[in-house]
Amino acid sequence: MSTSAILAQAATEGLDAASAKGVSAAATAGTAYGLAAIGPGIGIGYLVGQSVQAMARQPEAAGMVRTTMFLGIAFTEALALIGFVVFILLKFA
Amino acid sequence: MITRIEGPTPERDIARDLTRKALLVSPAAIVVFGLIWGVDGALSTAYAIAIVVVNFLLAAALLTFSARISVGLMMGAALFGYLIRLGLIFAAFWVVHDASWMEVVPFGITLVVTHLGLLFWEMHYVSASLAFPGLKPASQTNKES
Repeated sequence: MSTSAILAQAATEGLDAASAKGVSAAATAGTAYGLAAIGPGIGIGYLVGQSVQAMARQPEAAGMVRTTMFLGIAFTEALALIGFVVFILLKFA
Repeated sequence: MITRIEGPTPERDIARDLTRKALLVSPAAIVVFGLIWGVDGALSTAYAIAIVVVNFLLAAALLTFSARISVGLMMGAALFGYLIRLGLIFAAFWVVHDASWMEVVPFGITLVVTHLGLLFWEMHYVSASLAFPGLKPASQTNKES
């Protein structure tokens, strides 16, 4: 739901401006966090796909590929974690 | 063609090594944030470190378990595991966000810094040995003796 739609709904339901602004801020922060999680999702999908391809080509190197893959996943996940922390800082701090 | 991966489980080794390192650094982090934000800050920091460690262990367990079944399942576990673990982290925060001891700023800082710090620490060993974690290559003199 867009900010203007939330404000319009707030006006019809009789919410005051501060409450409407709070609802709008929460919706915006949630949307931003959701968008921030998309990039790491694509990154992890690509990373694991390439790792599986590497393991299929060279099964004897599977241990090394998995080590790098696990660390790569964790590093990519850090981006989403940063998005989450920014979200909670904006919303709850 | 391989359909499943047998043999060693590097993810579990890495996660155990990360846990060991987290236990080493956690007292220092708790004391530092405790000095800045008080007891609440120390508790929030400890909670954030626990979340990071559980996240690593869960990720490793999911990959290790799924790799033994099939490579396709491992791909699915990596991607959906990511979504599930993000949800669990949010749930872990949501459960305590109203608690009197929860300080959001030290919690957030610890979450990111511990996660990245432990990974960079682990990378040091992995890149040094191109092998499993914690296996720091022995020096030439040690090998000869």
